[in-house]
Amino acid sequence: MKQTATRISTYSADVMGVCSALFELGGMTVMHDASGCNSTYTTHDEPRWYDMDSMVYISGISEMEAIMGDDEKLAGDIADAASQLDPAFIAIAGTPVPAMTGFDFEAVAGLIEQRTGIPCFGFPTTGMNTYIHGASMALAGIAERFAAGRPGAAAGRDGHAPQAARPRVNILGLTPLDFSVNGQDRSIAEWLESEGFTVVSKWAMGSSLEELSRAGEADVNLVVSAAGLGAARVLYESFGTPYAVGVPVGNELPGLMADNIKIKIKECRERRSAGGQAGSFEEAGRGGQAGSFEEAEISVQSGVFCDGRQSADGRTYEKGFAAVIGEGVTSLSLASTIELERGIPAKVLCATECPEDILRECDRITPDEDDIIPELEGAAFVIADPLYRPIVPQGAGFIALPHEAFSGRIYRDVIPDLIRDPGAILDHF
Amino acid sequence: MKKVNERQNRKLTAGDLPHVRIAEADFPAPFRSGLEYSSPARGTWNIVHTGMLIPEAHEIFVCAAGCLRGVVLTAAEMGAQDRFSTVAVRENNLLDGDMEDLVIEGVTDILNKLPEIPPAVLVYTSCVHHFTGTDLDLIYRTLRERFPETDFTDCYMNPIMRKSGLTPDQLMRSRLYMLLHERAKRPDAVAIIGNDLPTDEDSDLMKALRGAGLKVHEITSCRTYDEYQEMAESSVYISYYPDAAPGGDMLAERLGGTHFALKFSFDYDEIDETFEELAKVLGIKPRSIEETASLRKQCEEEIEKTKELIGSTPVSIDYTYCPRPFGLAKLLLDHGFRVERVYADSIPGGDRTAFEALKKEHPDMLIYPTVHAGMRFANTVNSERAADASGGTGTPAGRVADASGGADTLAKRAAGRPQTVLAIGQKAAYFDDTDRFVNIVEGGGMIGYEAVTRTMELIRDAYTNSKEMKELVQVKGLGCGICNRQ
Repeated sequence: MKQTATRISTYSADVMGVCSALFELGGMTVMHDASGCNSTYTTHDEPRWYDMDSMVYISGISEMEAIMGDDEKLAGDIADAASQLDPAFIAIAGTPVPAMTGFDFEAVAGLIEQRTGIPCFGFPTTGMNTYIHGASMALAGIAERFAAGRPGAAAGRDGHAPQAARPRVNILGLTPLDFSVNGQDRSIAEWLESEGFTVVSKWAMGSSLEELSRAGEADVNLVVSAAGLGAARVLYESFGTPYAVGVPVGNELPGLMADNIKIKIKECRERRSAGGQAGSFEEAGRGGQAGSFEEAEISVQSGVFCDGRQSADGRTYEKGFAAVIGEGVTSLSLASTIELERGIPAKVLCATECPEDILRECDRITPDEDDIIPELEGAAFVIADPLYRPIVPQGAGFIALPHEAFSGRIYRDVIPDLIRDPGAILDHF
Repeated sequence: MKKVNERQNRKLTAGDLPHVRIAEADFPAPFRSGLEYSSPARGTWNIVHTGMLIPEAHEIFVCAAGCLRGVVLTAAEMGAQDRFSTVAVRENNLLDGDMEDLVIEGVTDILNKLPEIPPAVLVYTSCVHHFTGTDLDLIYRTLRERFPETDFTDCYMNPIMRKSGLTPDQLMRSRLYMLLHERAKRPDAVAIIGNDLPTDEDSDLMKALRGAGLKVHEITSCRTYDEYQEMAESSVYISYYPDAAPGGDMLAERLGGTHFALKFSFDYDEIDETFEELAKVLGIKPRSIEETASLRKQCEEEIEKTKELIGSTPVSIDYTYCPRPFGLAKLLLDHGFRVERVYADSIPGGDRTAFEALKKEHPDMLIYPTVHAGMRFANTVNSERAADASGGTGTPAGRVADASGGADTLAKRAAGRPQTVLAIGQKAAYFDDTDRFVNIVEGGGMIGYEAVTRTMELIRDAYTNSKEMKELVQVKGLGCGICNRQ
């Protein structure tokens, strides 16, 4: 594999994912890099940069500091800035240079925390994975540090099991890299409220660190991008909170998701009431048998054509299908809706990190241009960011779905709110 | 009103913003280095923009995804995606030690997939190659063997080296001319080198060169790769952007000819001196005393006209406007303008004389950094102060302090400036949250006395006509559309 991109863009990287995930939480995030990552992030990856004064900085490491292992310079600079700016927490995120020099993130974070008295994270990103990897790591870190150990749903806020309460939910994996700043984060929350849920926290757009720290009170987590899976795992392990994976896109899928989640919550509550251990969504779904996080079932896949069936007009995953290129969870939700509502086999070409068990057999992990091009042979439709257009076969209909994590700010003004307006995509079929 | 992050734990006041009186400022670094902030003002060019000045050239970046992201989208935003490709370095490449193979096979793969093999390829390697000791000579030798009809040059996205040897900007400007092939010299041909932006036709330099009947080459006007190659016929290479000077020396050493570093200045005597030296190098007639007097008179008239218009309006200048922000500040202060702030993280070497003079003659002028962590809050703090002082209406109010005041007044000045500020440069406009600003970067192609007169015209225009600051300053590479010329 040549790892080349002749004509297309590249996804936002893990270090930017950390910054994006933590942006609204009142902390101070430091990219440990020489230069460049900061302006890239603030220009192309962070639509909130101009309007919200979040503290994201770069360490400005020099060649000599890297070679000599001068971690004291970094620790001193961070402590100095923190004493002036008083962040709620500090996060250090790595880039290629610290990856090469073997920078000890955990040790330096510990040193800074000891020196400042401010909680400090060291996220060993390398700048060589996508934003999903970094955002997931960051949100998991927040969950471990600020949410785990606080009262959970089983106890309830007043210490009593909240049987009669509206089911409570956290939304995990919200960043502008996947959901832009066009209101999709609010649309997801409003959809949940309209379905009878109470939103406890949104990770991490539109919620405070204090709200996130109460995440254990939720009955369920809704993972809306793979960036939310790390936190989902922590909350599952800490509170046994079940989770669903999907974005409420379409006219039919959201209702199915809501019903499914409610049924599972009811099962969990019944088990709790019966004195059983706090079971997970998957455990409840499997009749109470204990299961691991990895064994989680996907709640949104349609599976319409997974058994090898053809569509009414003879389409399959090999011929006449729709290909959805992008982040795993959104793409999977969209593909499911296309299958449910348009009867067209739709496969996901997932270009970012995503556990394979989230995806279906027909879907593919395709990190490079060379992975994607062969998978598009036979496609009748391609739904993807406009910067993918140069590699789309001429015979395929191209449906543009701009994605900040791929094209940055270029198409921001025309990114649809898929939750409120699924027709932005479905009407093309 | 700009929204402040509600979760910021301690709200800063204007007095907290980092700054120093110029009287107490050290040369060349008035501020201690620390964590660095990146403002949204993005009009300066980067290495993608600059490389695209070579007509028909194709850029290939070999870096980690995090580093590729900014350059890929720079190319996409400037509409040059068809001249840009990437090879992603992954973690396994660091461990496997196959970096040479990755570059060679990646570049080969890309070139074979392009509709046509380009005449020139700029291969940008990065910090990872530097730290892993990648054999760049082997890489370029192999690529030249595989593609003998294509010119390759080494470029670098290596910011960790910014404090060692040539800066990335100096290095990139030098690479622009490494593809020139030696050819016969023409005594009547000169090349202006190292500019991102075309030299003004009305500038002193162009007038001098055209007036002497010289053939003038400049990369910004080359439309084809062949035209670009014609630059090598020049007998004299003229640079006037300071970061272009090392490239000029390299070019003269490699191809022969003379490099002359013309000084960008706002000081009349220095302008005369540097143009006299240029005339000697070129063997052309220098400006007469009468011509010089006329130009100076014209400058003074323009300055006076500008001063009459803007009066005591507070003025800020930032380093992205031109290579001599302190020289400009001195010119304005000497003529009675109310220059309160210069935004600069360091004092350029060529600006030292002006800096030292300002320390003595205008000791209360303030220097603010642009990358200091505390500057994250400058825009919000300044806009809120202005709104508060105007009763929350956002209407500019009268000044809170007289610029000639003492220590207390200075403290108030540092604490906020309720009057609308006229900013010269994008960063100053952003930090002072003003829509009255001069939107020019890197000197904008001006040089000589023309830099004075054009600056005055731009100031008057900025004072009279407001601009959409938020939208304008966030555009990358101001003026980079010239890279797509055909």
